[in-house]
Amino acid sequence: MNSNPHNLVLSTSPFLKRPVDTPLIMRHVIYSLAPVALAAIWFFGVSALLLILTCIGGCMASEMLFEGKVPFRQRTVTDGSAALTGLLLALTLPPGLPLWMALVGSLAAIVVGKIIFGGLGQNVFNPSLTGRAFLQGCFPVPLTTWAAPGGLTDFFTLRGDTFALPFTNPEFDALSAATPLAKMKFDAAGTPLADLFFGNVSGSLGETSALLILLGGAYLAWCRFLNWRIPAGIFITIFAFATILHLANPERFPDGFFHLLSGGLMLGAVYMATDPVTSPVTPRGSWIFASGLGILVVSIREFGGLAEGVMYSILFMNACTPLIDRFTQPRTYGELNTENEPGESRG
Amino acid sequence: MANDTATATPDIAIAATSARDENLEALTRGIWRENPVFVMLLGNCPTLAVTNSVINSLAMGLATTFVLVMSCMIVAMIRDFVPKEVRIACYILVIATFVTIVDYLLQAISFDVHRALGAFISLIVVNCIILGRAEAFASKNSVLKSSLDALGFGIGFTLACLFMGVVREVIGAGSFAGIPLFGPDFAGWSIMILPGGAFFVLGSWLLLFNWLAARRKRRPA
Repeated sequence: MNSNPHNLVLSTSPFLKRPVDTPLIMRHVIYSLAPVALAAIWFFGVSALLLILTCIGGCMASEMLFEGKVPFRQRTVTDGSAALTGLLLALTLPPGLPLWMALVGSLAAIVVGKIIFGGLGQNVFNPSLTGRAFLQGCFPVPLTTWAAPGGLTDFFTLRGDTFALPFTNPEFDALSAATPLAKMKFDAAGTPLADLFFGNVSGSLGETSALLILLGGAYLAWCRFLNWRIPAGIFITIFAFATILHLANPERFPDGFFHLLSGGLMLGAVYMATDPVTSPVTPRGSWIFASGLGILVVSIREFGGLAEGVMYSILFMNACTPLIDRFTQPRTYGELNTENEPGESRG
Repeated sequence: MANDTATATPDIAIAATSARDENLEALTRGIWRENPVFVMLLGNCPTLAVTNSVINSLAMGLATTFVLVMSCMIVAMIRDFVPKEVRIACYILVIATFVTIVDYLLQAISFDVHRALGAFISLIVVNCIILGRAEAFASKNSVLKSSLDALGFGIGFTLACLFMGVVREVIGAGSFAGIPLFGPDFAGWSIMILPGGAFFVLGSWLLLFNWLAARRKRRPA
């Protein structure tokens, strides 16, 4: 060090740094989701508000409870990732869900989805979708009972048995309505595209307004916090696949726009499939990931027993991510192509 | 009998102080310290598949214990006459005989339980615990010791099945052996009854057992 006569600072790249860290990205994602959450509160009133607060609180409490259990990782609750998991989980739930079930889902999301794999950055599956899948497995009926949307006038009307006692079944009332996808699947009835686009449909909290989710996603992509290839790939694949099916048999299959705008696809494609931990890192891998996801979504919706398949498609593609990453590693500059040479194994 | 000690497994040879201790050791080992499910992770197929209620778990555990004890006894009896090359086939034949007996017994005792366990009763034939004990222990030890060892592992397996079954039924259906515990309003976590819940419950039990083992190792007794 003293042999350096000019007081030069020697270091390795990168030399230009942006002050971007995990808390900053998480904060921006939460900001971009705020309009979606507000729209959900507009349409579903105080039930939605309580559900969002419960999920965020539940996730942060679980994180705080277990964060010390992960070696070398202390105080991760302040980085905002748990709050984001909670917010995303709330947006995938039906508005009338009892709050205690939301708490169970939050616990499952953080503990089963994240902590047991080693905390943020180590998880195989998207935590909020893990929580939702757990809830769907536990309580299939409350998870598929949807309330009809309303306006500000019935803000204080509960959209279900929100305050059901813990560990008891909720009581259902007459407010429930079918989602556009369920209507299409079981009654073959369509829904106006404008309603789907602006969000005046029944469904889970974040299933309502495609417009707001797209705006949030565009903001994140503009900030480069979001891999635009994944939503773009998903939209293209779904539109193409659905359009081919629609052209083959317009009676049975709805058109591509319906598939794009209905259900949890927008939220899933923009905010969950793009989770940087559980999606491929290479551009080529992102396209493969996105097209696989799109094909799965349309297949489940059209040929499966469920009305909606975004959650399972994303979880399935999450599981494929390490494999995709492995096969799409870019070749280092100058590396010879040894694949065709005899006697050489690429292990 | 005389050459037993010569062919015994090393861990027995070390622990051997007297014949009685040895027998006790053979009996207790499988129950806790080398529990086939929670420590050795053997026989996971029935443990995951049929433990969705207490009754099913108990039936599966008892059926396996019966087959295990009887087969190990016979295997230990014939161990000097069976040629080495065909021993596995002979063991399977012995095991299959007792599985058939259990199959018919269970049909006679409770047809409902038999239907609930389905193919998994027949699949006891290929349960690794049974073949493992026959090959690793009964084929090298006396009849008495082999039966005690088999009984220990059978009890260990039954306990493990019950651990799984109790948690799954209480959380999943809110009942214990068919008796409702929490009243009619209880919302069962149906995932616990479904196959996915089996993995969650087994994983949680393994977590507990590994945590206990790690704590025991850290704290010198």
